[in-house]
Amino acid sequence: MNRRRFIKAVGAAGALSGLGLVGCTSAGSKPGSGHVVIIGGGAGGATCAKYIRHLDSGVKVTVVEPKTEFATCFMSNWVIGGIKEQNWITHGYAGWSKKHGINVVHDTAVSIDPVAKVVKTRGGQSIKYDRCVVSPGVDFRYDTIDGYGEAVAESVPHAWHAGPQTALLRKQLESMRNGGLFVIAAPPNPFRCPPGPYERASLVANYFKKHKPRSKVLIMDAKDAFSKQGLFVAGWTTHYGYGTANSMIEWRSKANDGMARAIKAESRTVVTEFGEVKADVLNVIPAQKAGHIAAVAGLTDASGWCPVDPLTWESKVHKGIHVIGDAAIQAPIPKSGYAANSEAKVCAAAIVALLNGRSPDVPSWVNTCYSLVTPDHGLSVAGVYTYTDGKIAEVKGAGGLTPKDGHFSLEASYAESWYQNIIDDMFG
Amino acid sequence: MRRTRLYAFLAIAGIAASQAVSAADAGGKIIAAQCNGCHGFEGISKGIIPGLRGKPAVYLSESMKEFKSDKRKGTIMNRIAKGYSDGELDNVAKYYSGLK
Repeated sequence: MNRRRFIKAVGAAGALSGLGLVGCTSAGSKPGSGHVVIIGGGAGGATCAKYIRHLDSGVKVTVVEPKTEFATCFMSNWVIGGIKEQNWITHGYAGWSKKHGINVVHDTAVSIDPVAKVVKTRGGQSIKYDRCVVSPGVDFRYDTIDGYGEAVAESVPHAWHAGPQTALLRKQLESMRNGGLFVIAAPPNPFRCPPGPYERASLVANYFKKHKPRSKVLIMDAKDAFSKQGLFVAGWTTHYGYGTANSMIEWRSKANDGMARAIKAESRTVVTEFGEVKADVLNVIPAQKAGHIAAVAGLTDASGWCPVDPLTWESKVHKGIHVIGDAAIQAPIPKSGYAANSEAKVCAAAIVALLNGRSPDVPSWVNTCYSLVTPDHGLSVAGVYTYTDGKIAEVKGAGGLTPKDGHFSLEASYAESWYQNIIDDMFG
Repeated sequence: MRRTRLYAFLAIAGIAASQAVSAADAGGKIIAAQCNGCHGFEGISKGIIPGLRGKPAVYLSESMKEFKSDKRKGTIMNRIAKGYSDGELDNVAKYYSGLK
């Protein structure tokens, strides 16, 4: 009773102060029923679908996802580094959709009509919704690097969408000569999985140490600082001779002419402002923006990402459409798989509340993100977040990084267990 | 009763006091959903991260409070437990304890 009264009061206060809290059912939907169409079956979309069905089995859920198997971007560095096989990060939908009563349409969403509330697909389907969830992940700003593009990525992989790109980069790494140079062009902020490029460098160096010890990884960065930097640098110093003449990893910051301005794909050359670097294997991770459908549906702002009300993750542009995961403006929560999973649960609970004529509960979020320096040296960052003044606020005094004297081997073990559990939470 | 008055005050003051609301999340379900990411769907763990489902509430609650106060040294849980009030931790413990 207390909680209900309070939320009601906050709802009224929110509406008065222009927070725009939504407290009514969408037109045409009956309490305990309704149809939610989710675009994208990744970390955000799959979690949202499953949790909606568990919170209210009267709500019908359709997921529109072109792929019949989904490879997670998180942990794909483990495949590139040879710690795990591709099938470990690949998950099917068939058993999952049956188990939870979720309708999966293997097609690509091409438009969303926010007035008629219809999603159209490339295959010609029109799917009517009461509420739509858009969880398309990221797309690339290929125009920020001259000479790079979708076709070029077939030979110079980004491997920042997992699947065939992951396998391609792994294959190139295995084919590389001993003594070669593996270049990672790292993107500017904000981008999916902030520690990802540095974990990738670590696990490529780990592979080199065992199989091609004269080889080297060079990170050419569009930034002057990066996630978990102190912990990565300490780990690189311990394991890869970082900072010495024989270091297997070198990091070149933007200020040190590290940023890729262009590439020459045939010669695998990175062009910077003042010079060029020729690579044996070139991995270009371009600047990013919300997945294509978000822009097509007009959900993005000038930043290329989607503004939302984090209470429900409903778009600030179009009512009835929610955006979760990497595509949403979610700061201070980083763009991680765990964040997408966290946001999806809040969004699922809010949608169920709205479809049942209730005000959404005030949410709470967590981010937990593991990276490996070696298979036995793990690092983590965590954050706990609350909804404060209509925004996401990080709880002060909580969260943060693995301490300098942390249990690195234990964290590496937990990283694998983390993956097993979050995958079960999403796709189980 | 005191709590009700506090909530009413916060609402009137227009403060979105999510900490207070989460504390009122008597079922612990909202926060617990966030724990599932690491500890497994409905607290059933597939690996070495401890499962939470059906464990005694006192055990879960005391463990989380010891992580929060650093009395017990873990890895990531010392950092995460600090994000919640003791009341919220009790509610999460009760929620998982009640899942059979």
